[in-house]
Amino acid sequence: MSSSPGPTPGQTVGPFFRYGVEFAGGEHLVPEGSPGSVRLYGTVFDGAGAPVPDAFLEIWQTDASGAVPGVEGSFHRDGETFTGWGRVPTTDSGEFEFFTVEPGSGFFAVVLFARGLMDRLHTRVYLPERADDPFLASLGADDRATLVAERTPTGLRRDIRMQGEGETVFLAFR
Amino acid sequence: MRHSTQAQAGTQAQIVTQQRISAEIAARHAHYDSRVEAGAVRLDSPLLDFDPYRSSILRHPTKNPQLVDPETIELASPAFGQRDVAAVEADLTIQHAGEPLGERMTVSGRVLDGDGRPVRHQLVEIWQANSSGRYIHQRDQHPAPLDPNFTGAGRCITDDDGGYSFTTVKPGAYPWKNHVNAWRPAHIHFSVFGTAFTQRLVTQMYFPNDPLFALDPIYQSIPDQAARDRLVSRYDHNSSVSEWSLGYRWDIVLTGARATWFEPEGSDA
Repeated sequence: MSSSPGPTPGQTVGPFFRYGVEFAGGEHLVPEGSPGSVRLYGTVFDGAGAPVPDAFLEIWQTDASGAVPGVEGSFHRDGETFTGWGRVPTTDSGEFEFFTVEPGSGFFAVVLFARGLMDRLHTRVYLPERADDPFLASLGADDRATLVAERTPTGLRRDIRMQGEGETVFLAFR
Repeated sequence: MRHSTQAQAGTQAQIVTQQRISAEIAARHAHYDSRVEAGAVRLDSPLLDFDPYRSSILRHPTKNPQLVDPETIELASPAFGQRDVAAVEADLTIQHAGEPLGERMTVSGRVLDGDGRPVRHQLVEIWQANSSGRYIHQRDQHPAPLDPNFTGAGRCITDDDGGYSFTTVKPGAYPWKNHVNAWRPAHIHFSVFGTAFTQRLVTQMYFPNDPLFALDPIYQSIPDQAARDRLVSRYDHNSSVSEWSLGYRWDIVLTGARATWFEPEGSDA
């Protein structure tokens, strides 16, 4: 009998997660180049400034109107249903990209997993136009900058720094 | 980075023995125990800054997490269902032409939230080494045999009671290069979603009475013995099937990314 056990601790995903978590179309919340779509991309860095090639990221977001998706279908993308969730491993050079829409809520929820990382890290990536968000405004300028995407010619860019100079602000929830 | 410099110098200048790793683990645990004795809150999570696991040295944040109220999307979770996962994906022994080698087993249990309510109709994914301790991943160089009849990945959707069940073979212990003669206890990686994205969890399930527990810096990165115990499945004879498979039970409790990080005194964090 399991008698009200406490919370289950996390553990690292280790080096060999790829065949367990990767799936075709993981980065395509919408088809690349579809109307209203945007590329969200960046690089994950460690505390020495080296790219992290054995991480994976998930994003989870509202649709463009701000509605929370409640539909199945992330593992078998039909090209039409917006499920709001994506997952992608970093490349050998630590890069990631998603094709999606800009969330009406103003931010992407992001969770990071990696070899060497004992437990997942939550963060957010805000649209640059939402930098006046009350939570962002409560942070110092340097910390705030780690959570806001930059608009570039090819999309929205936000690097994630696990440690050190420019370390990303990670979240704990009340 | 005091920890980084010490550990990196150690890796280059001398062979890192199990004895040394075990001593480092013991020191970190003793420090945790003394903090708890002095009234600190017990931890339900691993220490992110835990240098006995060398790969963590440059991969842990040094700032405390920012405490925030979950908003909109974070209060919900992605939806998965029959469109995503076929029932056969819960059986890792039928993915190929023949049957995998090893000890056939089932692992089943329930996914619960912090109030003990079942997490219904939600995704559970697993991946693991084969019965020889070899991962199919191309970077795994462990000279144990691959099994042409075993991939080692499965998924399922929890039922109305939060229940999940997988059929697989028991994974072997796995050697790694953290230090000389380093072996991971047999484990199955679990990836789980809760009712809110804040509860997202990836962890590892272990098997009872593994002699490698005390030696393993990943398992021991959880400084609290009671919390560590929660990653160990239970042999359940009622789940065993006569002349077919051995049964293990393991429940998962999701409470979310709470503000429980623990910064040891003298840490460079």
